[in-house]
Amino acid sequence: MLSFIVFFPLLGIATIAFLPRERERDAKWVAAGTAFVVLVAALVLFGRFDRDQTEPIFQFVQGHTWISGDIAHFDVQYLLGVDGLSMAMVVLTALLGLVAVLISWNIELRPKEYFAWLLLLEMSLLGVFTALDFLLFFIFWEIELIPMYFLISIWGTGRKVYSAWKYVFFTFFGSAFMLVGLLVLGFAADTFDIRVLSQMEIRDALVPTQVLFFFLIFGFAIKLPVFPFHTWLPDAHTDAPTAVSVMLAGVLLKMGGYGMLRVCLSILPDVARDASVWLAVFGVVNILYGAMVTLIQTDLKRLIAYSSISHMGYVLLGLSALGQVGLTGAGMQMFTHGLITGLLFVVVGMVYDRAHTRQIGELSGLAHQMPMIAVVMVIAGLASLGLPSMAGFVSEVMVFLGTFDKHGALTILGVIGILLTAGYILWMIQRVFLGERVPRWEGLGDATAWWERTALVVMVAVIFLIGIYPAVLADVIETGVQPIVVRLA
Amino acid sequence: MGELASVDRLGPELILLAFAGIIVLTDLVVQRRWLVVGSSLLAVVGSLLWAGTLVARDMQGSAFDGLLVVDDFSLFFNFLFAGITGVVILASIDYSERFSRYQAEYYALILVSAAGMMLMAATVDLIAIFIVLELTSISLYVLVAFLKDVRSSEAGLKYLLLGALSTAVTLYGMALLFGLSGSTSLADIGNVVAAANDDTRAALVMAMVFLAAGLGFKMAVVPFQMWVPDVYEGAPTPITAYLSVGSKAAGFAVVMRIFFEALGDRFISGDWSNMFAAIAAISMSVGNLVAVSQTNIKRMLGYSSIAQAGYLLVGIAAISAAEGGFSLGASGVIFFLAAYSFTNLGAFIAIIAISNRINSDEIGDYGGMARRAPLLALGLTLCLVSLTGIPPTAGFIAKVYIFNAAVQSDLVWLVIVGVLNSVVSAYYYLRVVLQMYLEAPPSEERVSAGPSLGVAMAIASGGILFIGILPFPLLEVSETAARVFGS
Repeated sequence: MLSFIVFFPLLGIATIAFLPRERERDAKWVAAGTAFVVLVAALVLFGRFDRDQTEPIFQFVQGHTWISGDIAHFDVQYLLGVDGLSMAMVVLTALLGLVAVLISWNIELRPKEYFAWLLLLEMSLLGVFTALDFLLFFIFWEIELIPMYFLISIWGTGRKVYSAWKYVFFTFFGSAFMLVGLLVLGFAADTFDIRVLSQMEIRDALVPTQVLFFFLIFGFAIKLPVFPFHTWLPDAHTDAPTAVSVMLAGVLLKMGGYGMLRVCLSILPDVARDASVWLAVFGVVNILYGAMVTLIQTDLKRLIAYSSISHMGYVLLGLSALGQVGLTGAGMQMFTHGLITGLLFVVVGMVYDRAHTRQIGELSGLAHQMPMIAVVMVIAGLASLGLPSMAGFVSEVMVFLGTFDKHGALTILGVIGILLTAGYILWMIQRVFLGERVPRWEGLGDATAWWERTALVVMVAVIFLIGIYPAVLADVIETGVQPIVVRLA
Repeated sequence: MGELASVDRLGPELILLAFAGIIVLTDLVVQRRWLVVGSSLLAVVGSLLWAGTLVARDMQGSAFDGLLVVDDFSLFFNFLFAGITGVVILASIDYSERFSRYQAEYYALILVSAAGMMLMAATVDLIAIFIVLELTSISLYVLVAFLKDVRSSEAGLKYLLLGALSTAVTLYGMALLFGLSGSTSLADIGNVVAAANDDTRAALVMAMVFLAAGLGFKMAVVPFQMWVPDVYEGAPTPITAYLSVGSKAAGFAVVMRIFFEALGDRFISGDWSNMFAAIAAISMSVGNLVAVSQTNIKRMLGYSSIAQAGYLLVGIAAISAAEGGFSLGASGVIFFLAAYSFTNLGAFIAIIAISNRINSDEIGDYGGMARRAPLLALGLTLCLVSLTGIPPTAGFIAKVYIFNAAVQSDLVWLVIVGVLNSVVSAYYYLRVVLQMYLEAPPSEERVSAGPSLGVAMAIASGGILFIGILPFPLLEVSETAARVFGS
């Protein structure tokens, strides 16, 4: 079942590849169908996921020996499985995967290639979240680079080539260290099986375990991104096409947080305990720095991009708690931020499609012309600043509650971030959607196409669902976090 | 009986040499291109089949009083070189029209040098090694100058002069070894080295350095790489491809034979391991950094091949910390060589096909190639991705596998140098991809590969993906071959 979910997009790619040139516009139908099937399968899996099961930790495991070297102790397995944490991420990926296809409905430039890359991206992300062999995880992690490189550099806007390079280099640089860490870890433990690794005590490696921890977390920190390695993010988010911004902010950043939990915290818990305060410090720096930089943005997309840096700080802060509530909060934050920021990018993309500008200074009173988009923007914005009854509130509260005992002062500093978020979100909504009717924007229409409406309605519904009944997600994430907490205790 | 078995074991090479003679002689009477190409391909197939029967008949053993051996290692290289030669011949079919009258000689020389390369992996005696080194080199000198234009001749001369120098250096190293041990057989020398004491250490180290320098020329590692860019640029492109994989692989085969068998004792192995680790680090860094600024794709791949040789040397330096055996690094090198051969040949085939049509090797002229030649561009992209070491390609598995060997040999610093170099290399490899997919094409004229290049490209791409996704058959073969060097 998991293999089916991960590799089904390949079937879509193959179908797209065989579409004749005159029917290249049908590529979007194939992609939408594929993404839909993946989403349904992921939801079925989510429903069948046993929320009370603690042993074994991973469910739906499928494994097979893949590479086996006698001489070199080089045994790699094809091993997929999910715990609560990865289950949530799979659902998020599948959901945003479909949304990304829907909001790309109007792509005219080389549609076959575009949708093929989008599906390959989805495949690699699903692989990252389900791989239980560290080398397999790394392979999916690296495969993701290629579609992103093409998607940004061909279908992007602005300084797209520069941004695509920057994205690839930052990620590749980080993963270079991850590869070293992976090999050292594999040699010390004589396996790459994450299930085994996260049961072992690793004390003796070729390098001190602190260095090993650094090698491993560096790549994840770039991806999350952690200040000062965040500079790729505003460029890549801004210049990417809308759907790719959605995937980037919604799912790709989560690879960083997920990797930290899955690898750094659960495999090297001793070092993690020592590093906890640093995680908290970086988390708070991210929150405040990100939020302050967001305040001065004049470009809608850049504004949301920087806000992501701030919100990823919450994830890092939650992780630094090393406890049940904090880690669950971090997991929740990853999911809800994926939804909310994904939705923000969708809305901004729609505004840009119509107004052809993203400058906040030029836009005004758009609620008159596009009421539905404006309402959704308000909902997403309020969710983003953590209004109760919406998804963002739950996760932020859990992060702060979980961290307060451990790093009290830092948590209080972090809470300031919420104030700043309220500042820039409300200011942006006021400037862009409220205010006087401006003649320049008279002719603009609302979201009327079925694919736009579907994307908006689905995401808004999930945001409310989690806000009102968080247990639907929190229970699942908690089962995933539980064993890691036990190890960290 | 003994002689007959020796000849039998030499079969794969003899077939190539015999066909080379036949091709040249026949050409005096009938000049038909299809005949020449057909019979050289036939020679390669024959060689492959003979090697196959050697495996099937379990014919491992030594030949000609211990000058040659047939073991899993040499058999692996029989297959590898036969495969490389076959692909190079396929890639030459269209290109060789430029040589008009001398096509027979061209193909015959390729076969002769292929036989030499196979023997380089099979000889275990200094004299024999020297002879087959020369057999390969001299045919390659001629092949490099085969275009007979200014650049090609200059490349040939440069290659000849520097090659002669490196031969002299190699010979000097061999002479030292012979002087110390009184034998030319690698096994005997190994025994002497194992019993050596500190009095002879300096001389041993000198021999080791001279051999590494001389053979470093073949492997094209820094600082013995000066010839690479000019020769790669000037030589006929199929020969550039041949040099970049065949000649390099043969150099590594000889290095493994000499250093693992004759100089493998712990008394000296730590020294050359350090030396190769340093050369590896320098080669990777210099090759990659200089490649970044190249505008000619053949020169770029020349520098890239220097960097790739650096990655390969990581495997030679990797003497297992736990067991002190060589098979760990050796299996990494063997695997990497096979993966690299598919990848680099694929890249050169695409370049041949493209430059046949647009008559340029400038990266700037590759703009819009994705529109003009979608399949070729896709294939070349696959090769470049594999050279960068991004999954799911052969290059990724090969790099991880060889770095894994280095980690197990306590060479973490070298692995860090290696992975950082991969990041640098991404810049110039992917730049070509960008050029093909992003820039507007200067003309809409389609660029197509002929059938022979198409077949060669399909073989290379298929190999890259196959090894990348299902690496275990090759991994098993590499480990079997590497077991020759004990564990």
